[in-house]
Amino acid sequence: MTLFWHELRRGRLMLAVFTGAIAFMLGICVLIYPEMTGEMAEISNMFADMGAFSEAFGMDQLNFGEFMGYFGIECGNTLGLGGALFAALLGIGALAKEEKDKTAEFLLTHPISRTRVVTEKLLAVLAQLLAMNVGVVAVTLLAILAVGVEANTATVLLLFLANLLMQIEIAAVTFGISAFLHGNGLGIGLGLAFGLYFLQILSNLIDGTKFLKFITPFSYTDGSYIVAQGKLEVKYLFTGLALALVGVAAALWQYRKKDIAS
Amino acid sequence: MFAIKTEKLTKFYGQARGIVEVDLQVPQGDFFGFIGPNGAGKSTLIRTLLGLIAPTGGKAEILGRDCIADKLDNLRDIGYLPSETALYRGMRVRDILALSAKLRHLDCTEAASDLAARLGLDITRKIEELSFGNRKKVGLVCALQHDPKLYILDEPTSGLDPLAQKEFFAILEERNRAGATVFLSSHVLPEIARHCKHAAVIREGRLLVCDSVSSLAHTGVKRVILRGITAPPVIEQARNMQFNENAAQFLFSGTPTELLHALSALQFSDFSVTDPELDEIFLHYYAKEMP
Repeated sequence: MTLFWHELRRGRLMLAVFTGAIAFMLGICVLIYPEMTGEMAEISNMFADMGAFSEAFGMDQLNFGEFMGYFGIECGNTLGLGGALFAALLGIGALAKEEKDKTAEFLLTHPISRTRVVTEKLLAVLAQLLAMNVGVVAVTLLAILAVGVEANTATVLLLFLANLLMQIEIAAVTFGISAFLHGNGLGIGLGLAFGLYFLQILSNLIDGTKFLKFITPFSYTDGSYIVAQGKLEVKYLFTGLALALVGVAAALWQYRKKDIAS
Repeated sequence: MFAIKTEKLTKFYGQARGIVEVDLQVPQGDFFGFIGPNGAGKSTLIRTLLGLIAPTGGKAEILGRDCIADKLDNLRDIGYLPSETALYRGMRVRDILALSAKLRHLDCTEAASDLAARLGLDITRKIEELSFGNRKKVGLVCALQHDPKLYILDEPTSGLDPLAQKEFFAILEERNRAGATVFLSSHVLPEIARHCKHAAVIREGRLLVCDSVSSLAHTGVKRVILRGITAPPVIEQARNMQFNENAAQFLFSGTPTELLHALSALQFSDFSVTDPELDEIFLHYYAKEMP
């Protein structure tokens, strides 16, 4: 597992930055809730008047005056977008950065198979996602305890689980794309994360685009559905997991046979 | 058994030529020079041998094992130095050396320390603090520290100071005497002439010649200098003609009788005929026409 630990060491700064940033924003989001409770009725009314905008973010289905409604929307979006960007950056850089930085020649002239390279790098990506989520969950739960609001812990954890699965899907898909790249894939990774996020908004806004929910993993992290129903949208989740498997398979297939750029 | 053996090894990048039907045999224990101009296919051959790129045709063996099917076994026995040493930024030299050893499931701490001392490399420095030459030294220690059976070195001395170059070749000579094979790709022709037993020249993807360095040095080509001559002579078998201040010098690739016949038609006051330097002969292979 030499490469696995090497990847974790190389990625520790980005892990710290993303964990710190997302945990900070979620923590603040929870901590300011008591200050906002007095204005929640007004805010809920305001969102009710915003029509399509509220629908786009699922705010029409939740009561913003309750903590879980507030958490599902505000914290769900912060964690969703932040986590997706982190996952995309991890996935897209995993294999491509070795060729971009020309270190692939160093790595692959050691007796380590390409299958092992793919496997250990993928495990390192998953480990970093898990570590980020553990940090963010811990800070969020501490913030909830600190403000003493009534929160449904199972639903909060379900929201985090959905986001972890979404991050795994995005990381796996970008990981697969990474195997086909010879240079920097940063733009592709970030573009994909933002693109999938906007597909979710689009599918909430326009009835004829509901099929997009099968493409974007933000469909099964939708805080409004999870908080309201207390479960994940399994049909979208299974599609997402299938896409993740395709990403990993593509990475293995391509990286094992590709010519390494000099 | 050969350390390296290729049969009609071919690599095309789409339509672009890499190497074409290269037949090369490097005996075990040899100190082998591999030379050719930029873009001739030297790095393509090396990268194919190492499994970094897949051949389009033909086959290659390293120490009797197939270069594709037995790639991992081959890589265990190879110490490779690329022409451009790219290393992970943010790491210290000692961490890179330890990573290289760990990827081989070895502990080479002692060997790495000895090699770093001999080459004048500070293992406590960070990679981004190193000069080009010192990065090269890190690559050299990575290639040497596990005491491999075959060294594949692509332009190993570029960027190295003369002292480090001298020590590096001393280490290679030691390893070669102990039985290791050295495959040295280089533009520095005196290096090949001084250290290698055999050499091959590649040009435009095709192997032109492969022989012992001493045989290559005796190709029958002569360097002819004519003094007291008023214009550059026109001689059919003359190459690399240089004319300066009533003196002409050129390489002559014909027989002695043909040379005497050609000279008898000219007016000059003095002349000399010598064997050219080995690097001059190699340079001749770089040109379009054979000597």
